[in-house]
Amino acid sequence: MSLSIDEVRHIARLARIELGEGEAQDTLDKLNNIFGLIEQMQAVDTTDVAPMSHPQDVAQRLRDDVVSEANRRDAYQQVAPQVEAGLYLVPKVIE
Amino acid sequence: MIEASLKDLAAALRAGTLSSVELTTRCLERIEALNPALNAFITVDRDGALAAARAADARIAAGDAGPLTGIPLAHKDVFCTEGVRTTCASKMLADFVSPYDAHVVSQLKAAGAVMIGKTNMDEYAMGSSNENSHFGPARNPWDATRVPGGSSGGSAVAVASGMVPMATGTDTGGSVRQPAALTGVTGIKPTYGVVSRYGMIAYASSLDQGGAFARSAEDCALLLTAMAGFDPRDSTSVEREAEDYSRSIGQPLAGLRIGLPTEFFAEGMDADVRAAIDAALEQYRQLGATTVEVSLPNAKLAIPAYYVIAPAEASSNLSRFDGVRYGHRAAEYTDLADMYGKSRAEGFGAEVKRRILVGTYVLSHGYYDAYYLQAQKLRRLIAEDFGRAFTQCDVIAGPTSPTVAWPIGEKSNDPVQMYLQDIYTIAVNLAGLPGLSMPCGTGAGDLPVGLQLIGNYFDEARLLNVAHGFQQVTDWHRRTPAVG
Repeated sequence: MSLSIDEVRHIARLARIELGEGEAQDTLDKLNNIFGLIEQMQAVDTTDVAPMSHPQDVAQRLRDDVVSEANRRDAYQQVAPQVEAGLYLVPKVIE
Repeated sequence: MIEASLKDLAAALRAGTLSSVELTTRCLERIEALNPALNAFITVDRDGALAAARAADARIAAGDAGPLTGIPLAHKDVFCTEGVRTTCASKMLADFVSPYDAHVVSQLKAAGAVMIGKTNMDEYAMGSSNENSHFGPARNPWDATRVPGGSSGGSAVAVASGMVPMATGTDTGGSVRQPAALTGVTGIKPTYGVVSRYGMIAYASSLDQGGAFARSAEDCALLLTAMAGFDPRDSTSVEREAEDYSRSIGQPLAGLRIGLPTEFFAEGMDADVRAAIDAALEQYRQLGATTVEVSLPNAKLAIPAYYVIAPAEASSNLSRFDGVRYGHRAAEYTDLADMYGKSRAEGFGAEVKRRILVGTYVLSHGYYDAYYLQAQKLRRLIAEDFGRAFTQCDVIAGPTSPTVAWPIGEKSNDPVQMYLQDIYTIAVNLAGLPGLSMPCGTGAGDLPVGLQLIGNYFDEARLLNVAHGFQQVTDWHRRTPAVG
């Protein structure tokens, strides 16, 4: 298989990564090489094989539904690019 | 001094012939002298280290010391450290100071180890050469024009060049074992779930696992014992009794059955690497071990499967870097979508972007079954191969890397060539098994060659002893590069 430049732009949009004009072609070439490697997977018949999502076949642990974390909002917001009155600031989303 | 074992350092500290402040100062001096050329550290925390050393000396004087109290340590810059910046070698996190410690970091603080600084790595642990770092490549102390391997390249260099006696790393596809091999140190990645991932910046969560670097297997056992253990804050941390990974050290190796995978020895390995591996296996036979041929027929599919699973998980994990709660935000943008797109385009390096794009594609509508599901099925086949092999042997041995360290720049513009360097390590992560690399000889240019030992699930103590037995009768792990 081979990706098209429009597909690369579409994936980049989905991934929220702006792709500059000059970058698209190089990205396309490298991704096509990577997918050439990945395609080797298709040579194996895996019809009756159960997918393995994880090294451990265990269920997620449950815990009591109680508050376990202290409020550390100020510490967490100290590393944020822009905050005001305890809120994260982003560009206006709704007019 | 730089060749002293952790046990000897701890004994000197307890005997009072050495203080932690003295030891820490010597490490800081060595870093100051060597780091400009080797670039092993992104951040050195001199004041914090000396304060921790003074506290350790007080603990030792009070008779409250453990095996690592007062011993300097470096953390891979993927582990969050409260108050000391954690960059993941990315522009995205170049100024990030974590509000909390990773579990591994707090465990080692509690053990009294002295954190000297944070080591260089491939950005977000994505790479096999340490060239994908926002802070420039770390360099191999055996030949500074060559790569040290990656992604935990800085930690490997720091130990190999005697800047610190031990360091942490992480291994998602070989990122502890391969740099250990290329720099001539010992490194272990335990069974998936043994070391908590809490506070370890996520790359591919079903594969990521913390690990240890030191000169010898005996030293790695001490470090791993302090790092490991159940942590409820990591949902995949295994609920097992705490283990002493040194407990098997010194047991004889007579009767040990070593499996040699046909596929690892069939092709791909450089002749100089092959010669060093063969000599190491002969050494094991002299120690009373027997070798048996085993087969891992699906191992060749590990790289393609990995480059679906890891990017898929990465594309999800790295969606958190959006320029809102932490990390880089673009200076100019028109709206929210533009802010995300520009912040991420500016903050991530080329390889990180590529893996996010691959992951986004394989998870997108219409492609899931062909890629992600197929990769997970291959993952099952690969894990089952190991299960069958371990009915015939106690440990599996082979090369860690098909080549010795290569020149900086040689593969950096060809991602696929770079990916193929992890041919012998990746299957171990897909299965979730423990793996270790130790120096076992030299190849072209007198560069180190690493022997990889793979164990069954939770068999770290045996793995470490199998390496220790070899290190008792050889001195490859004591060789030091002529730097400084």
